[in-house]
Amino acid sequence: MTNTKIVSPKQDLIFMAILSVVVLTMPIWLQPFGAAYPDLMQKFMIFGIFAIGYNILFGLTGYLSFGHAAFLGVGSYTAVWSFKLLSMNVIPALIFGTALSGLFALAIGFVSLRRSGIYFSILTLAFAQMSYNLAYSVLTPITNGETGLQLTQGDARVLDRMAGIEADASLPTPNLFGIEGIGYSGFYICAALLLISFFIYLRIFRSPFGLKLRAIKSNQNRMGYTGFSTRPYLMTAFVISGMYAGLAGSLLAVTDPLAGAERMQWTASGEVVLITILGGVGTLIGPLLGAGIIKYFENIFSAFNETVLLNAFSFLPDWLAHPVAAVVGLFVGEGWHLTLGLVFMLIVIFLPGGIMEGISRLARLITNRNKAEPKSGAHENKEKEQASAGEV
Amino acid sequence: MDAIFLQILNGLDKGGAYALIALGLTLVFGTLGVVNFAHGAIFMMGAFCAVTVEKILTLSMRVRDESVTFFEAYKETPYLEVWFGDTGKAIIDWSVPLSIILAIPVMLLIGIVMERSLIRYFYKRPHAEQILVTFGLAIVLQELVKSFFGANPLPQGAPDIVSGSAAIGAVFGLGEAVVYPWWRLIYLAFSLVTIGLVFSFLHFTTYGMVVRAGMADRETVELLGINIERRFTIVFGIAAVVAGLAGVMYTPVLPPDYHLGMDFLVLSFVVVVVGGMGSLPGAVLAGFLLGILQSFSSMTEVKDIFPGIDQIIIYLVAVVILLTRPRGLMGRRGVMES
Repeated sequence: MTNTKIVSPKQDLIFMAILSVVVLTMPIWLQPFGAAYPDLMQKFMIFGIFAIGYNILFGLTGYLSFGHAAFLGVGSYTAVWSFKLLSMNVIPALIFGTALSGLFALAIGFVSLRRSGIYFSILTLAFAQMSYNLAYSVLTPITNGETGLQLTQGDARVLDRMAGIEADASLPTPNLFGIEGIGYSGFYICAALLLISFFIYLRIFRSPFGLKLRAIKSNQNRMGYTGFSTRPYLMTAFVISGMYAGLAGSLLAVTDPLAGAERMQWTASGEVVLITILGGVGTLIGPLLGAGIIKYFENIFSAFNETVLLNAFSFLPDWLAHPVAAVVGLFVGEGWHLTLGLVFMLIVIFLPGGIMEGISRLARLITNRNKAEPKSGAHENKEKEQASAGEV
Repeated sequence: MDAIFLQILNGLDKGGAYALIALGLTLVFGTLGVVNFAHGAIFMMGAFCAVTVEKILTLSMRVRDESVTFFEAYKETPYLEVWFGDTGKAIIDWSVPLSIILAIPVMLLIGIVMERSLIRYFYKRPHAEQILVTFGLAIVLQELVKSFFGANPLPQGAPDIVSGSAAIGAVFGLGEAVVYPWWRLIYLAFSLVTIGLVFSFLHFTTYGMVVRAGMADRETVELLGINIERRFTIVFGIAAVVAGLAGVMYTPVLPPDYHLGMDFLVLSFVVVVVGGMGSLPGAVLAGFLLGILQSFSSMTEVKDIFPGIDQIIIYLVAVVILLTRPRGLMGRRGVMES
């Protein structure tokens, strides 16, 4: 499982270049999949950022946090407040959103990281639930409760007013010096931020710091015996991943300037866990894949309704089409979460390493077969190799 | 004084539900060593047992409405009422208590199937993976319930005879004005009885004794030639029954909907942690304690001093306990203390 392959910085740069091309050309190659519209692609980017940040904590150190949605929520609220008070420019919103979630993570991490294992999970869960409950009740002046925090015509927007930009009749949209935060331009803002945060994430993975985090995962006691105090490293990882979540939250506010408390609920924290596990915990690119796949299928599956299904199964005889459509209907549309839950269970049971493990298993199987092929009569040998590949 | 008395009752009542769910959770953890995030979903399925029974009992046919004379009017009347008259009406009225009869075998079956088909493969896997797979299971169960029963809460009535309020103040010398709903009193009594039953099962039967021995030292019990795994499976079933019954009886208090389980899961986990993982008396004590704390903190006098305290008190207690005494109030020394 542990990937000890040495990767040269040059290879990393090539990898980054490929990733950039893949991400930036998304509007083109997603066309055949019917996913090339900006809203969805923005979601890919935003949840990608959220998931890679989460992977820094869960993937590298093995600390399972069930409260990361709180940071996402804080990021969103801060960004919307920045739009309201300072400026519609996204830069202050992103900076404040990220920084404030970082501070918030510092406070929560300071307490939660005193415990490990399931206690850590429950502590983070407790803090997230507290923030969620408070956002709904006492903090209503800040969060606007159930309605959610929205922009209004009469917001202060001090910096914008100073620069002489006055809002006209319609509500202003978040922008980056005039580039709007919605539509394709919004996607490119998100994509740029994803690439920047992925580069930082890659550097963390390759750094001695990342290695120490992995050491904490494999054996925290031994780490202590060799003279490392693990707490500061865990703390740093926790804060970094909180900041990633905050960045994702502020981006959510950039693409749609509305923040609600339901973003902080613990099932929302569960979602990022799902994404990370599905893609592959602790792998470099897995969380990105997971975010893409989950958001894509969420979008595609939720769109199915009964009429669409009946059309799809119209090639069947009438008496069969209705029951089949009804059964399939359980799993799509409203029932999309059912499919998600099932897939997630299957992944945890059979493929704890997620999709990335599946890919590497397949790759190993194929290379083993190719190696064994030239030697005729090495049938036994080949089987043995496959068996050992299956065990890993 | 009256207010305090009522808050204590309120808290005991809420605490009864917490204690029942937490009891099952901690029992499963103590025996199988599994952290079961699907336990809330079991509670929710118990509640929907009551809904199902009510649905079956009120299956209706169209009957001519005799009170309307100048045109033909029909109204939906349950078969039971058509066939048995007032007896049928009474049966429908008592649907929630009657559901218990159905819920016991159904929940036992659900528990055993769940344990044999999924949980047993996770004994040896890390807690994180147990949490994840049972979290997935919880999502699946709640979505199934949602697709069959819809997303809206389905109110269930308590039997008419106990749907009013009891003049409980008179009993305790607090005056006639202090009243409390009958059904909540019944719920409290029911939870105490159930807790008592579980404890006497574990302490006064040979079967229970073996289970406790297995909790303390599994290997030795196995070496004595006892199939401890089968007994633990039964214990899982019992935990499911306890949670399920807690759900059935809770339906008149809170109309069940599909995410009822998730709401209670987090709370009951906190209860288990406060009481001590694997400690049964701890779970009961912490359940009632947190219930009472929660109702006291929702008094206006308290809320004036600490705004919002009622929303966070339980989590706050959990944080304090975990930081100062990680094994919980009554946890055994050395169990899950890291």
